[in-house]
Amino acid sequence: MSLDRIPILKMGKFLLVSIQIDMSDQIALALQDDLTSRIADVGACGVLIDISALTMVDSFIGRTIANIAAMSSAMDAPTVLVGMQPAVAITVVELGVSLSGVRTALDVDRGMKLLERLMAERHTLEQA
Amino acid sequence: MSRIAKLIRTQEERLVRDWMREQSTRASKSGMARDTELRAHAQEILRLLADALESSDGVAHSASPAFAPLREMLTGLSRTRGHQGFSPSDTVHFILSIKRPLLALAAEEGGDKGALFDEVNRVNLVIDELGVFTTEVHQKSREEVIRRQQTEMLELSTPVVKLWDGVLALPLIGTLDSQRTSVVMETLLQRIVDTSSAVAIIDITGVPTVDTLVAQHLIKTVAAARLMGAECIVSGIRPQIAQTIVHLGVDLSNIVTKSTLADAFAIALRHVGLQVTKKSA
Repeated sequence: MSLDRIPILKMGKFLLVSIQIDMSDQIALALQDDLTSRIADVGACGVLIDISALTMVDSFIGRTIANIAAMSSAMDAPTVLVGMQPAVAITVVELGVSLSGVRTALDVDRGMKLLERLMAERHTLEQA
Repeated sequence: MSRIAKLIRTQEERLVRDWMREQSTRASKSGMARDTELRAHAQEILRLLADALESSDGVAHSASPAFAPLREMLTGLSRTRGHQGFSPSDTVHFILSIKRPLLALAAEEGGDKGALFDEVNRVNLVIDELGVFTTEVHQKSREEVIRRQQTEMLELSTPVVKLWDGVLALPLIGTLDSQRTSVVMETLLQRIVDTSSAVAIIDITGVPTVDTLVAQHLIKTVAAARLMGAECIVSGIRPQIAQTIVHLGVDLSNIVTKSTLADAFAIALRHVGLQVTKKSA
């Protein structure tokens, strides 16, 4: 049986998505549905998507990733994309897919720190 | 065909002598070749030519397998002469100047004049072809040198240096074309992953001109690095380059630019949470 769902893990107030396979279009769309409903269910404060194992990306997958990030941002859960491979980065740039709203980090560690910093910033804003 | 071959074999001594005399009338450039060396080459060429003419048996064509040893020898000759700084015309002249002594020798020959003329004609053609062949070899060896230098330059010109933990620098020197830029882009991005650096500085002080293509490549590199989670700073924007960029209408507003590498390094240090302080005396 082939894997047709990307697992979404809850880590404290954040959701962690680790994409370990080259996604097909269906899997990407399923992830989009799953992630948005999970954010609503658990009231997540941030999403971290690890794509370090993703070696191939086409314009559809690139746009879907951008959409997922925009959707979770709209649901007040900032998204950080971590571990993009050089080849994937070059492809995304050459395809002209705009990931302008997406925050990025080199690895999961830094991505988590970035999310924590974003949450702390929001706290201080709320208190002020 | 064998008559000419026989002539060459029996009269080799005289042919070489006349051939050398032909050489000495040439401009001083060919005087660069040492006499003994030239003589050795001449003897070898004559021997190989005679062999080839004998075995080719009527079908005198320089591309036929019978001429392979001769072609091989000429390839070596043309190459070494090229390295020694001879012009291709020197080498071609050297080959072609065998004709006069050879024809003179054939003219003295008695017997069936018609058949001899036919033979001489074909040998003449073969020698011409060999002359062209040496030029081709010369050209090819030159192209090889150029290609090798190009790849060497490509390797030399893309060093990614580590300035600090988490800070990389890429000093670009020389003109950027698309091939070079893509190599630069890939090495930089790979190094960012390998060293997990948060900041990369691209220094373009050594880039003489920035056109739209180069600017486009820079923007792409910065965008790709950003996707991977690293910040890119472009430094070394000289006044002329700033002017060209603005006149070309290239939008660099999304990219952090600094005029010197030092400024960029200061920003980079701040980005990774470090600061430089003066040691108290």
